[in-house]
Amino acid sequence: MKTLRIGCGAGYSGDRIEPALELAEHGDLDYLVFECLAERTIALAQQARMKDPSLGYDPLLEARMLAVLKPCADRGIKIITNMGAANPLAAAAKTRQIAVSLGLGHLKIAAITGDDVLEQLRQGDYLDDTGKPVAAMGSRLLSANAYLGAQPLVDALAQGADIVITGRIADPALVLAPAIHAFGWAMDDWQRLGQGTLAGHLLECAGQVCGGYFADPGVKDVPSLARLGFPLAVIGEDGSVEITKVAGSGGYVTRATCTEQLLYEIHDPAAYQTPDVVADFSAVTMTECAPDRVTLQGASGHPRSGMLKVSIGYIDSYIGEGQISYAGPGALARAQLAQAIVAERFALTGVALTEVRYDLIGVNALHGDRDVPGEAEPREVRLRVIGRTTSLQEAIRIGNEVETLYTCGPAGSGGATRSAREVIAIRSTLLPAAQVSPVIHFEET
Amino acid sequence: MKLRDIAHSRAGDKGDISNLSLIAFHAADYALLEQQVTAERVRLHFAGIVHGEVTRYLLPQLGAMNFVMHQALGGGVTRSLALDAHGKSLSSMLLDMELD
Repeated sequence: MKTLRIGCGAGYSGDRIEPALELAEHGDLDYLVFECLAERTIALAQQARMKDPSLGYDPLLEARMLAVLKPCADRGIKIITNMGAANPLAAAAKTRQIAVSLGLGHLKIAAITGDDVLEQLRQGDYLDDTGKPVAAMGSRLLSANAYLGAQPLVDALAQGADIVITGRIADPALVLAPAIHAFGWAMDDWQRLGQGTLAGHLLECAGQVCGGYFADPGVKDVPSLARLGFPLAVIGEDGSVEITKVAGSGGYVTRATCTEQLLYEIHDPAAYQTPDVVADFSAVTMTECAPDRVTLQGASGHPRSGMLKVSIGYIDSYIGEGQISYAGPGALARAQLAQAIVAERFALTGVALTEVRYDLIGVNALHGDRDVPGEAEPREVRLRVIGRTTSLQEAIRIGNEVETLYTCGPAGSGGATRSAREVIAIRSTLLPAAQVSPVIHFEET
Repeated sequence: MKLRDIAHSRAGDKGDISNLSLIAFHAADYALLEQQVTAERVRLHFAGIVHGEVTRYLLPQLGAMNFVMHQALGGGVTRSLALDAHGKSLSSMLLDMELD
């Protein structure tokens, strides 16, 4: 039976690079994919592009391509990535420049556009997921990108692409597409599309299926996280899926790591919505067939909805923040006094807050106030004050009120920090797939 | 006995929804999880943090379940004021639950 080996060299934009190189050199791969777009990445990239039209793609694209292009080209490994972010054409041009500099000018590099539906949403009559009209956001609207499916990637591969660079695309499609291309799976073969989507879903966070985001000393010990290996899937023509990693790399692949990743960011396991298939993972079974090798069976699927999710980036508000620490006997009481002082100062000086939050880091910042009988007082407490405003100027006042605690607040305060920033937030909407037209561009050779 | 003694968990985020997997280390313990760690119990456990509904999905063949918690991430990951905007640490809070 024909099989395909697909490695995942990044699970987010800032991910480690050496594990991708390790996969390229020792993974015996057919494809290397890089998944680098979080929800808000494109909105931030769009801002970079507005300042400089040659930018707007992943800031690590150059470093990644410099690391893997040669080893991939030497072995005939094709590269698929969404590192194009808000500017796939500029990303392809940059990649071509790097390829030429490495003597690899023969590589066929494709960019896929068409996910950007900003103009359509600006002019149309669309509501977002909160029920508000999208167009009403006006100049606060920064980006709107539809999640494309596997088809444009399949087409680019069929046209001979060695490297395909996209913007927004459903993460599992980066893995599903090469399987469709290699095996000729039909776009209504729901069972195989379900298994291919399962492979993509398990790979898309890279190290997270190999023991990353997993260790809990004494309960779940993971070896060599400093040199964590990134995963690869062996996909069979019949839709079989095995998850493994390069021998000798850190971490491990087990039923437990695969089960955690199977459910990661999943709601109803029987209805995982993608542009290509409504995947059903509810009957998935796993077998550890050898150390660091897990086979997964039983995924299936149902016909896709025909609607594409659109991620909308917009300027939501401003946030100001200040932090300051207290330690030793009475640390908690001093931090609580500091919190009360800041709250009173906001009222006295009229800081215009639309929302405010006080945390005592080390006490209640992550899990809220919990009454745990007999728990010792913390040695160190860090006060964190954060508030939302409608202007940057007002946001700056928040951190200032924390910093002045140095000279005007409780004794023994240390390590004050402050910041203020614009908040780019995300809403979503749905568009009929027929209204979104992906376009494939080949960089001139 | 705490949940952490017999199970592990991972938190995921989408918008204002947090999902927590809960997976038995040993298949034999799954029945206890299914019996005791109900959606209602999880909702009460996260009182003050989770403000919406909690739905539980079961995958007995994997010894696993998935909790989907609505209005759990301070209005949404991208605009939340929380230190842990993604709610990544909520998995540890689930594992802190005492079993009868």
